[in-house]
Amino acid sequence: MSDSTYRIQGATGEWEVVIGLEVHAQVTSNSKLFSGAATQFGAEPNAQVSLVDAAMPGMLPVLNKECIRQAVRTGMAIDAQINTWSRFDRKNYFYADLPQGYQISQLYHPLVGEGSLTVDADEKAGIPEAKVIGIERIHVEQDAGKLMHDQHPTMSYVDLNRSGVALMEIVSRPDMRSPAEAGAYVAKLRQILRYVGSCDGNMDQGSMRCDVNVSVRKPGDEFGTRTETKNVNSVRFVMATIEHEASRQVDVLESGGKIVQETRLFDPTTGTTRSMRSKEDAHDYRYFPDPDLLPLVLDGAFLEDCRNSLPELPDAKRARYEGELGLSAYNAAVLTADVETARWFELLLGETATAQGKQPADVAKQAANWLISELFGALNKLGKDLETSPVSPSAGAELLALVGKGTISGSIAKQVLEKMLETGDGAAAIVEREGLKQESDTGAIEAKVDDILAANADKVEQYRGGKEALFGFFVGQTMKAMQGKANPQVVNEILKVKLG
Amino acid sequence: MTDLTDLGVAAIRSGVASGEFTAVEVAEAFNANVAAAQDALNAFIVATPEKAIEAAQAVDAMRARGEPLGKMGGVPIGMKDLFATAGVQTTAASHMLEGFVPQYESTVSAKLWEAGAGMLGKLNLDQFAMGSSNETSFFGNVVSPWKRNDGGNAALAPGGSSGGSSAAIAARLCPAATGTDTGGSIRQPAAFTGITGIKPTYGRCSRWGVVAFASSLDQAGPMARDVTDCAIMLEAMAGFDPKDSTSLDLPVPEWEAGLNADLTGKTVGIPREYRMDGMDADVLKSWEDGIAWLKDAGAKIVDISLPHTRYALPAYYIIAPAEASSNLARYDGVRYGLRDLPEGAGLQDMYAATREAGFGAEVKRRILIGTYVLSAGYYDAYYTQAQKVRTLIARDFEAAFEQCDVIVAPTAPSAAFALGENIDDPLSMYLNDVFAVPASLAGLPAMSVPAGLNREGLPLGLQVIGRAFDEQGVLNAGLAIEQRAGFTARPAKWW
Repeated sequence: MSDSTYRIQGATGEWEVVIGLEVHAQVTSNSKLFSGAATQFGAEPNAQVSLVDAAMPGMLPVLNKECIRQAVRTGMAIDAQINTWSRFDRKNYFYADLPQGYQISQLYHPLVGEGSLTVDADEKAGIPEAKVIGIERIHVEQDAGKLMHDQHPTMSYVDLNRSGVALMEIVSRPDMRSPAEAGAYVAKLRQILRYVGSCDGNMDQGSMRCDVNVSVRKPGDEFGTRTETKNVNSVRFVMATIEHEASRQVDVLESGGKIVQETRLFDPTTGTTRSMRSKEDAHDYRYFPDPDLLPLVLDGAFLEDCRNSLPELPDAKRARYEGELGLSAYNAAVLTADVETARWFELLLGETATAQGKQPADVAKQAANWLISELFGALNKLGKDLETSPVSPSAGAELLALVGKGTISGSIAKQVLEKMLETGDGAAAIVEREGLKQESDTGAIEAKVDDILAANADKVEQYRGGKEALFGFFVGQTMKAMQGKANPQVVNEILKVKLG
Repeated sequence: MTDLTDLGVAAIRSGVASGEFTAVEVAEAFNANVAAAQDALNAFIVATPEKAIEAAQAVDAMRARGEPLGKMGGVPIGMKDLFATAGVQTTAASHMLEGFVPQYESTVSAKLWEAGAGMLGKLNLDQFAMGSSNETSFFGNVVSPWKRNDGGNAALAPGGSSGGSSAAIAARLCPAATGTDTGGSIRQPAAFTGITGIKPTYGRCSRWGVVAFASSLDQAGPMARDVTDCAIMLEAMAGFDPKDSTSLDLPVPEWEAGLNADLTGKTVGIPREYRMDGMDADVLKSWEDGIAWLKDAGAKIVDISLPHTRYALPAYYIIAPAEASSNLARYDGVRYGLRDLPEGAGLQDMYAATREAGFGAEVKRRILIGTYVLSAGYYDAYYTQAQKVRTLIARDFEAAFEQCDVIVAPTAPSAAFALGENIDDPLSMYLNDVFAVPASLAGLPAMSVPAGLNREGLPLGLQVIGRAFDEQGVLNAGLAIEQRAGFTARPAKWW
């Protein structure tokens, strides 16, 4: 394993940080893990609660197959062992957001076993080379409800909409050694989940939350005592948690103290962590197999179906973009970073190839460059993204076809895009209406060139005297005189002849 | 005219169907008995005479229209107050759920109403079905209609936890009732009161809407006056329920049609481990009688061994409380049922006050035991070990059923005891279930059939245990015993 060079400089020397993450990812499904209640985000409090979710007397859980399918597909996406025999356990504790008095989870026999994912090299972020992070397990469990403390002066209210929603708990090995690696791990995991479609990855809506386990040690020593910071809900906060927690632990150790194994909370306003409860106060969860549920046994057909439904995953897609489509590493990375971007790009690519009667590989660079350097910027200025883009992939393909066929130039294409975003009209219609069609008629261009050369006799002299850099000046003047509509290739050729 | 309340399920059903009497007449007769006995026997927590009449009217109307009547058409029954009944208070005999009115109907009760049964009321029971004498009910104990023939007037236990059901049937307050059996709660009260009751194979009857005690053991079943009535009612109660993940996805056999007391070619196993030192002589005698009757019915008798029997009770009293401690965590005062919120109390105080006030002593004892055996450091020594024992006990039965078709033994080690006799001695109370618990742990069908009276004039029951899914074999052996026992004794009416 290659370790990054991240070290904390203490008074007694260098310290290494050891990080493990437990990511709770809400499973994308229409109904809850053990009930038929809906799971949509943002509903009125207690509008999505079944008798089972409210733990009414005599109610029983019935497993939602779709949640299992999603978790198995996720496991397959991280090359994990899928356990064809798993079981649900009850984790017992009392809290007002937990109607049953226990959470149905999987302690002893999780659905998904050992797997891994690869964090990419990112020199700038302090990850010198790609690194494989081990994933110990994924188990499936119920989420709890939500307490609201601001509705009444002396009482707390309970919203059970989230109660019973399916979560995947994805537990990493303690394989990360820097905040950057941890951040990259979360980002990569989120990317994979979104590709698989098993979790929407909306961290601000709580559909992905991290428990961050941190310890420090002198390089080469045994693992130190760890703390667990609960419910950290952004990549940035995960990194901040680790930075703060690691340096706090170094301070404690260097001043002769001991790290207490405890649960901590991250405070985003101060960027620090504080103690929530120590090991002595830890719950005894009294886990035992849930007698209301039979062991979960998966058959070959189900696994086959899960595997067949897996999409192309980000690493494979990126490699294909570089290899088959000939895109640069940078462009391939940008286009595959999010599943929605890749989806948009592939629609654009398909339509562009069709519109120009070419193979996708022949128009891939054109499409990629336009998407990354033109559309992203333009959307950004409007405060929009691909999902809210007024320009569709097929509208983009129409525009690119006009450029490809030489109907308009690249610079005119920029203007056309702006009009498209403004009006929602198609590229061809705009070009027609605004008279932006590129001029390839040599006669018309020659006439303008003659005028320009006559008006700039001194510069022509200088050019002929060896100042070849002036060529660009003549091109610019010609284009300007042609209102940007001249075919630049034709302009070049005419100028070369006339100046030659 | 015959007293309609002397009739059982089959007789009522055919009388209503033939027009000999109306379902409303039947319901009225039982309603009257329920009302008259309530003060003395306390068998019901809530009587619902209007529900019984309503259902009877519907059946009479169906008959008038010439429509076929259901399996339980015109039969009013008692509903153990562990089954959720929509619009009718459901308490599990606890203060915790006093006043709780569910908006949903348990699968089993819904099936019974669908089959034409009507509800006479919600029957008393041991609190959360935890007890063998009905003394743990928050609503006061049920009193058995039976008395000893010693001239004394000791009030006797109707058994438990389905003690309201057993007492009500024995006293002719209802022809049949639902029971639930976790570790003998149908069979032991049936034996104590001279009636018949069957716990089917685990998973036959849906647990959906039944207040849970110990999920891996809880199983509903019918209690009635005879084997035929049990077969009829079980057919109406059983069936796959997608809302219960442990429900058996099997068709419901036609048990009533399959009844056959001829045991020629069948083998009955007699487990030697059930013959214990110092066993009650009358209980032994009834067992011997039973063996003779089964021989007479054509069965071959073989001695069998169930070597792990003596570990069954300790294992049961680990597994059942463990599950209960978790199942009962939902009664926390937050969403429904009792809430005790002392002035200035926080969440933890509310939990403590609510559960202190809402649960009775026996329920608390079992929650404590269950919490203890699941605790870190004790889990393997208790819970894991008990599960291993459970597996061994199931294997004992599997091995035994290679040699025999059914197993016959006493239902309980004694006849009914007096109320108060065991209440301060939980261990001897728990011993009441010693013969009942092994079949529960193995999930097997088992029934109790009256076998006669002991020297005190109290009923004794014989238990028939069968292979998984073989309720028919159990019912048939039960029928053979019933026909030869000629049990017609009934408690003299004193209430």
